[in-house]
Amino acid sequence: MSSKVPSELKYAKSHEWVRIDGDIATVGITDHAQHELTDVVFVELPAVGRKLAAGEACAVVESVKTASDIYSPAAGEVTAVNDKVSGSPNLVNDQPYGDGWFYKLRLSNPAEVQQLLTAADYSKSIGG
Amino acid sequence: MAGGAGRGAMLTHPGGDLLASRPVYMLKRTPLFAAHQRAGGKLIEFGGWEMPVQYSSIVDEHLAVRRAAGLFDISHMGEVRLSGAGALRFLNQLLTNDARKLGVGQGQYTLMCNPLGGVIDDLYAYRLGELDYLLIINASRIEPDVAWMESQLAAWPDRASLSLQNVSDSLGAVALQGRAARAFIDAALPGRVTGGAAVSRLDGLAKNQVVAWDAGELGSLIIACTGYTGEDGFEVIAPAPSIEGVWTRILAAGHPHCCQPAGLGARDTLRTEMGYPLYGHELDEQTTPIEAGLGFFVALEKGDFIGRTPLATQKTDGVKKKCVAFRMVGKTAPPRPQYPLWSAGAPAAPVGQVVSGTQSPSLECGIGMGYVPPSLSAIGTPLEVEIRGRRWPATVVKKPIYVAPPR
Repeated sequence: MSSKVPSELKYAKSHEWVRIDGDIATVGITDHAQHELTDVVFVELPAVGRKLAAGEACAVVESVKTASDIYSPAAGEVTAVNDKVSGSPNLVNDQPYGDGWFYKLRLSNPAEVQQLLTAADYSKSIGG
Repeated sequence: MAGGAGRGAMLTHPGGDLLASRPVYMLKRTPLFAAHQRAGGKLIEFGGWEMPVQYSSIVDEHLAVRRAAGLFDISHMGEVRLSGAGALRFLNQLLTNDARKLGVGQGQYTLMCNPLGGVIDDLYAYRLGELDYLLIINASRIEPDVAWMESQLAAWPDRASLSLQNVSDSLGAVALQGRAARAFIDAALPGRVTGGAAVSRLDGLAKNQVVAWDAGELGSLIIACTGYTGEDGFEVIAPAPSIEGVWTRILAAGHPHCCQPAGLGARDTLRTEMGYPLYGHELDEQTTPIEAGLGFFVALEKGDFIGRTPLATQKTDGVKKKCVAFRMVGKTAPPRPQYPLWSAGAPAAPVGQVVSGTQSPSLECGIGMGYVPPSLSAIGTPLEVEIRGRRWPATVVKKPIYVAPPR
């Protein structure tokens, strides 16, 4: 299986991706994760304004058979959530790196994200 | 209607890590294991077996079965053969339904209870010949079932008049389910009837009928018009070495009819839409068929059988818990097994628990079954399902939860 792993993003071992834009990070789940889950039917997002620690369980993604926790790849305050994905959870399957994003975070420590996996390292971790 | 495996074999992992790895070792494999790997099946642990949960996607396979046809590996299920002059009398002592109603070539859904009325297993009993019966039991229950049957037989005065044989390891089985199945079953498995129902073709089988079928090089098959999805279809039992040939031929003949392999995930969503029980969820040794809403399959009028006294009392005096089907109101997360059930608006404590729950691919909403006090079991009763600490509205609905639109 060849999952897409865009090179400009950072990744967590637990299958979240992060797109950095200054001190704002956008978070979603990887193509590999959505492919393994298949049929995403429900997404629960954190409240705007919530302060998250790195590694904190902050969202839930549910397929027909499984409920899975999403861990924040970095610490910060939630500045926006993707209402579109709550209404159409299949966006997680269709556009995991696009309209299927979960939430945006104002990073407490932008340097922290440098510790996340590169695309090459994440690819390796999923046997790609 | 008899299900797959069950106890301790949940398909769901509420709140688990994303793609948490499930240990897969020491698991039994069916003779179709290699075929599943070739077909890209995603393999999971289920009742001690390594089984395909899905090939393409659960929703895709579910809808294929509702619209055309799907083929399931059910080789993990167990088979027990009973034969001899005393087989019928023993079966009627062992099981809750009345086996005297079975003509040659017929099958019936039935249950095996302990003396307190608790369910040891739910199963299908087929009468293949005058004195020849086949029981199809749940994969996860083969060992306790056979041990129970053997202990009952050892204590049975007339034990010399019958033989009981666990033939689970020597047989494989598949379920072809869906409205298109009848159009290609004979093309897939050409052969001739050698026993059972008086039909000349497989597409002549009516609901619950069964035949012994000589399929040439594939050997002697047992083919029944039964299933676990609510759709028309057939269950095919074959000698283990032949089951891959059966699988391949059905898929080839079914290809123009949009038949595709389907995994345990779709099997579970399909049976849940029908309100069918799965052992380990709706049924266990502490739950009776009456509580599970299966009183129709408890034939009190046939005379004594194991569990009759407590079951008769429950039929007359009522039960303390009852299995209900429910549907979530509006858009919610899917209900899952073990989520607490609440009486709508009542603050004190949960009134019961979800035992089966999923997103319904046909209805596109959350559905499930759970146990509640009888006072909350009437159709239309508002309930609430607690999902991650929040309570969401649900309504008690009639079974089946999903009814196919008229066509």
